[in-house]
Amino acid sequence: MSVNISAQTEAPREEEFEVSKRPNQLRRWAKLLLRSKTGTIGMLIVLSVCFTAVFAPFLAPYEPDAMNAANINVPPMWLDGGSSAHVLGTDSLGRDMLSRLIYGSQVSLIIGVFSVIVAGIIGLAMGILAGYYGKWIDNLVMRVVDSFLAVPNILLILVILGIFGSNMLTLILVLGVTNWVIYARLVRSEVLSLKERDFIRAAKSIGTKDSTIMLKHILPNVFSSFIVISTLSVATTIILEASLSFLGLGIQPPSISWGYMLSSGRDYLATSWWLATFPGLAITFTVLGIIFLGDWLRDVLDPRSQGRK
Amino acid sequence: MSRNRQPLLEIKGLKKHFDISSGWFSREQKSVKAVDGIDLKVYPGETLGIVGESGCGKSTTGNTILRLLEATEGQILFEGEDLAKLSNKQMREKRKDIQMIFQDPFSSLNPRMKVFDLIAEPLRSHKAASGRELKKQVYELMETVGISKSFAERFPHEFSGGQRQRIGIARALALKPKLIVCDEPVSALDVSIQSQILNLLDRLQKEFNLTYIFIAHGLPAIKHISDRVAVMYLGKVVELADRDQLFEKPMHPYTEGLLSSVPIPDPENRNNRERIILKGDLPSPANPPSGCRFHTRCPYADEKCRTEEPAFSEERDGHHVMCHYPLKAGRGVLVGNS
Repeated sequence: MSVNISAQTEAPREEEFEVSKRPNQLRRWAKLLLRSKTGTIGMLIVLSVCFTAVFAPFLAPYEPDAMNAANINVPPMWLDGGSSAHVLGTDSLGRDMLSRLIYGSQVSLIIGVFSVIVAGIIGLAMGILAGYYGKWIDNLVMRVVDSFLAVPNILLILVILGIFGSNMLTLILVLGVTNWVIYARLVRSEVLSLKERDFIRAAKSIGTKDSTIMLKHILPNVFSSFIVISTLSVATTIILEASLSFLGLGIQPPSISWGYMLSSGRDYLATSWWLATFPGLAITFTVLGIIFLGDWLRDVLDPRSQGRK
Repeated sequence: MSRNRQPLLEIKGLKKHFDISSGWFSREQKSVKAVDGIDLKVYPGETLGIVGESGCGKSTTGNTILRLLEATEGQILFEGEDLAKLSNKQMREKRKDIQMIFQDPFSSLNPRMKVFDLIAEPLRSHKAASGRELKKQVYELMETVGISKSFAERFPHEFSGGQRQRIGIARALALKPKLIVCDEPVSALDVSIQSQILNLLDRLQKEFNLTYIFIAHGLPAIKHISDRVAVMYLGKVVELADRDQLFEKPMHPYTEGLLSSVPIPDPENRNNRERIILKGDLPSPANPPSGCRFHTRCPYADEKCRTEEPAFSEERDGHHVMCHYPLKAGRGVLVGNS
């Protein structure tokens, strides 16, 4: 690695590079990750949330929907009246907050991540096709995008959920299908400028197929801005899911999501603030972690920034 | 010598106009006539230099030959087959034989691809090699253009301009093409690196029996590498001749002006030369002057030049010029139109 750095700090002259062996990919990534503080923090947060979601049954001290009428609205353990039996207190039905938070991570994460993946795939494909081919394809795609933008998202979601009912799969699909337009617009504008770059013309002159140009030349070069938008989007999706729960069309009990906990905790904000605060904090930290990770990922995906961070 | 053979590439009446519409309601269709009817022949094994100032249409010509731009009019005959009429699929096949080297080595390589993949791209695109064979060929190419094998896993930004241009050359060479269009391949490079790249191109031409169309705005590079030279002005070829003829006995006043603009590093010699400084700027190619396109800047222009467009005629063996009063040997001596 030291060889690598010295080669970059000195202005490279013709034929004067030293041979350097690249370490294997996994170790290289680990090294790059440890070099960035925010990247490491982001990764830790995201990994721990994933870990929590996967191993929820083993981590949660109680069943998430086990009610206990004797222990209603118990405050967290460090407050007066709190007990170590319920570390984060209990809700209005006497259910353990910690257990509910742990189980809630499953739904929030799955919906947040997968709906962004759905939206991202549609948006990337449409954006690249529209930007690369232009002409009537561009017109068609962009008019569809415009009509999506003209209708308030939440209204559209409510209508679709009203028709098909609300479960995890439809939620993911609906949130994905209504959000793809953001990506399509962003990707299209990036592609429009990329298309005029010399290396795309060079690939064409070599005789590379359009499909290969789109996959190998355009996709990697729009990916960094895509990553940034999509990490932010995971955050807004988790929150959007929360507002849907609030309107009664999100995840239905007995399933729990952080959004649902947040909105149902609102009624008790004056008396039992922890009901809304802890899910809110959980959302905030997760979103923050994802954004940190996304930021770092964008840097790493750009080969020009390697070795400088 | 080469003139008896069949041309590898023949351009007939090539035009490329770019439409500039000025609003929704204007009926007027204006267009920039970047290339406005040129005829050229390129023979196997030779280097045809195309020279001219910025905006004269030389790069547009190159791009149109490779169908990176679609020609407005005219024929591009490659081995007798009109490239302009081929379908995209057929053209893709033909691209094996016609490759291009780009001007800017910094933007013409995908920043996210490693050197190995960059050089392997043409081979993969045409399924010319795979697996071990692909590896072998890529390494051979790297060696041919003078890049160490150990750089295969590096990204373009880790290289200097000259080395990147070598990568670009390796890419153009990969499919063993017959014709390479070099679009100002050295104008973005340091002077010291320029000659290295020119020598490399020279060597490769002999080694692989290549034909070049070498586009440049710098005369020294053209003089170094070309067998024949075409001088372009405002979308037309105004003079075409063997290199030595053109440099020693230019017949078009524009060529004369261009030649006299080349700086001479030796101050003794410099003072002996008569400087011909072209007045004014290049007229707009959207609205070219009437008659001879050069008359607005020509020191010898008269009434005939203003009204009548001269023909592109052969004045001497292989020496074509588009001028009513081509210059005779020796500066500034005029001969009548023959």
